[in-house]
Amino acid sequence: MANPSAVCNGHLHHHHHQKQNNILKSGIYKKNGITKGMKKNGVSNGTLHKKTITEHFEQAPMYVAVLTFLGFGVGTIFGYLRDFMRAWGLEKRNVAAEREQQKDFVPLYQDFENFYTRNLYMRIRDNWNRPICSVPGPQFDLMERVTDDYNWTFRFTGRTIKNVINMGSYNYLGFAETDVNALKTVTIELQKYGTGICSTRQEMGTLDKHVELEKLVAKFLGVEDAMVFGMGFATNSMNIPALVGKGCLILSDELNHTSLVLGARLSGATIRIFKHNNMQSLEKLLRDAIIYGQPRSRRAWRKILILVEGIYSMEGSIVRLPEIVSLKKKYKAYLYLDEAHSIGAVGATGRGVVEYFGMSPDDVDVLMGTFTKSFGAAGGYIAGKKDLVDFLRTHSHSAVYATSMCPPVAEQIIRAMKCLMGLDGTTQGLQRVRQLGKNTRYFRRRLHEMGFIIYGNDDSPVVPLLLYMPGKIGAFARRMLEKNIGVVVVGFPATPITESRARFCVSAAHTREMLDTRGLKADVSGLFHSRCSSQRTKIW
Amino acid sequence: MAAAAGMGQQWVLVEMVQAFYEAPAYHLILEGILILWIIRLLFSKTYKLQERSDLTPKEKEELIEEWQPEPLVPPVPKDHPALNYNIVSGPPTHIITVNGKECINFASFNFLGLLDNEKVKSAAQASLKKYGVGTCGPRGFYGTFDVHLELEERLAKFMRTEEAIIYSYGFATIASAIPAYSKRGDIVFVDEAACFAIQKGLQASRSNIKLFKHNDMADLERLLKEQETEDQKNPRKARVTRRFIVVEGLYMNTGDVCPLPELIKLKYKYKVRIFLEESLSFGVLGEHGRGITEHFGINIDDIDLISANMENSLASIGGFCCGRSFIIDHQRLSGQGYCFSASLPPLLAAAAIEALNIMEDNPDIFQTLRAKCERIHKALQGISGLKVVGESFSPALHLQLEESCGSRENDVKLLKRIVDYCMDSGIALTQARYLEKEEKCLPPPRSWTTVLSAMGVLLSRVCEEQQDAL
Repeated sequence: MANPSAVCNGHLHHHHHQKQNNILKSGIYKKNGITKGMKKNGVSNGTLHKKTITEHFEQAPMYVAVLTFLGFGVGTIFGYLRDFMRAWGLEKRNVAAEREQQKDFVPLYQDFENFYTRNLYMRIRDNWNRPICSVPGPQFDLMERVTDDYNWTFRFTGRTIKNVINMGSYNYLGFAETDVNALKTVTIELQKYGTGICSTRQEMGTLDKHVELEKLVAKFLGVEDAMVFGMGFATNSMNIPALVGKGCLILSDELNHTSLVLGARLSGATIRIFKHNNMQSLEKLLRDAIIYGQPRSRRAWRKILILVEGIYSMEGSIVRLPEIVSLKKKYKAYLYLDEAHSIGAVGATGRGVVEYFGMSPDDVDVLMGTFTKSFGAAGGYIAGKKDLVDFLRTHSHSAVYATSMCPPVAEQIIRAMKCLMGLDGTTQGLQRVRQLGKNTRYFRRRLHEMGFIIYGNDDSPVVPLLLYMPGKIGAFARRMLEKNIGVVVVGFPATPITESRARFCVSAAHTREMLDTRGLKADVSGLFHSRCSSQRTKIW
Repeated sequence: MAAAAGMGQQWVLVEMVQAFYEAPAYHLILEGILILWIIRLLFSKTYKLQERSDLTPKEKEELIEEWQPEPLVPPVPKDHPALNYNIVSGPPTHIITVNGKECINFASFNFLGLLDNEKVKSAAQASLKKYGVGTCGPRGFYGTFDVHLELEERLAKFMRTEEAIIYSYGFATIASAIPAYSKRGDIVFVDEAACFAIQKGLQASRSNIKLFKHNDMADLERLLKEQETEDQKNPRKARVTRRFIVVEGLYMNTGDVCPLPELIKLKYKYKVRIFLEESLSFGVLGEHGRGITEHFGINIDDIDLISANMENSLASIGGFCCGRSFIIDHQRLSGQGYCFSASLPPLLAAAAIEALNIMEDNPDIFQTLRAKCERIHKALQGISGLKVVGESFSPALHLQLEESCGSRENDVKLLKRIVDYCMDSGIALTQARYLEKEEKCLPPPRSWTTVLSAMGVLLSRVCEEQQDAL
């Protein structure tokens, strides 16, 4: 199933309950070496030292894991049965087939590769790709879709399901809105510039709007310069190869997004993976890399780049930035921070994890982020020192070969950022950030009180709720839709096989009633209580 | 019971002592020595073979101290040509304001002139009022809007295929489509002049790449024959190795078309699938703008996958792939740029739908465009020192120096002077940009000239400027 974020390597994770207290109570703090390092650095910022990092990764009881495997096992057996029946003509084949003229070509897909898609994903396919027909705000309208042949094809009845509470779209600050006043400038710019650009940045595609936007982004983040690109995914996949190449080392977190993995692969550098948010694993890799050099030739590495994300959207965990920065300074590595989900969503004024931890933007070498989530637009940016951005202007693949951002989208980002920075004369931006924080904490607390297993940091607006069993995935999403709540569920291969989850994205635009309704309704449908053993596993 | 066992044991002991006395002397001595040796080994200290990489902690700390990485980015000279962008103020239509000066736009790929079309803009405005700007999610998680579904249907209908799929960025379209089908171990035959997006898609797919000379069907056939002989050596492997040919309809780097009818013949003879990239030819070639298949009159089902971007003729942003459902549906789960990226903003999709409407309602704009292309092509022929690279009906032409000045840098400098001169005289041209170190086959330096269907005729002025510049 489609997943917008994490790529797990398929290993089973045994997350344990981690509760890290602050440095003053260093007895509980595991990594003593790094603790001392931080004290020596003299980063005596009040916020940093008082920050209690509470992240929960509770492990499920044993019977849940057993039942999950059982569920997948039954599904697989039925899958084989169905395939057998289809092969022998006992059941109708619903899959599209190859052309008659090309039947003797080498088959395009191998049967086995698609086993999971055909037999397990197809049963619950109606929970993804749900089309909507309104703005993706706190509530939206879904197009009603029915299937006559068990999810092989869909048809639209023509009706719309109105005012479904939206817990799936990445609308953290609520900028996805259609208020005429708010979109006034966007409308004007659309009328003036049109929709397209038809050229690349280096040729004839740099508009004055881009220059204005880049200056604003640099000011917002507190860095020297920034560069914007037309697509967030492409920002990673086209700029990492420009920064590192053969002979360099990339240390990437286990749960990094596909765009980071693709960028790292395209660059040609050597990639090593460290355990998620685990500083000891990272330090060990750094030490080994510098001491032993490149494999076989033992030459020194040209440079080392650490790839991390601000908020990991499948786990809801926040990167341990202070520790990574101190590690990077000690071992002279470079840090690339992908703030796709954290820019605008965390931090006292919405400036991301750098502000959340009270650090200076100079500590991070490459600040990357996207405008899709918190700003309600599209595109990505890379910010940092002027040398870095100048280099990217000349050598980035996107600047030379890909179209630039379109003007109305650039204007939307400009107005959203001005609102956040308070440049439009109101405190609306700050209010939104505070509202998001309040909503997040309230929502997480309520779910916790109800006894669900929630992953992630208490401050992250991404809330994964563990479902575990494959039957629950489909049942939960459908049940929620019946009660007019739109949720997102994710399973294998986006997550480890036993840790299927439902993921909620809290938004500043959600009102307390909406969050309460959602909470209460989840309670009412107590069938899906994470510790409840009586559940209807709909495997059929 | 115990007594009996005790008796048994005693009896065995007695036997042992007897055996001890009866054994030959050398046997006893040998065993004695062995026992003493074992005792010695047990009590001696263990030692490891000295490993080459067994460094002391002090040495490790020294290595860590000494290691100096390269700077993150090498310094860029201040006068690097790419650093000083041309800043366009105002809409990039056929009259464009570059760096404060008004010029006629010969540099944007606005082939059908739809960038400032009022109908397109009003469709986008309506969509903006209804949906806002962004979609806040990928296609799988409530990012599918009804406009996306409508645009996909319309594109499939326009191109007369079963299904179409939209991407939110033109570059990502072909770069995600190729790796979705071609994996490690598969073979891809690709033209040398393929554009950068195709090269990145091939790199991401990790397949075996075989380059054939540009538009040279004999070279391609030679490669296919070689592959056939390879297959005969290992038929089991050949049965699971997929093969593809990747070509462009109208090549961006050379401005000419690929010989599609011959390619179709080769496809059925050697059983390879064809992926066609039609970014420049969609909306340009063919009677109704359906691209190179219409231009040559080929059945569209013969091409396995057609990929194009909407950023040229449709004056929007994004890209699409179209073909049979059997092929396109696969990308909905395995196209990386589709699954892991936010979907196209609805106002851009609405603009594309409106542009498609215009294309369908006015099929004579393609004739107009072709006529203008021919005129410009003819008019640019007479300039001494510059040669025009590209077909006569291609709306994007390259102007290349006939004789090189010696080195690439000097060529680039001379072309820059020409471009600057033209800009000063009111004609906006641009140099074709390439990443020198990244391209597989670097094209020679040249500048672009694109033709807009709705622009006025100022050909003579163009020729004069070019002549004066030299």
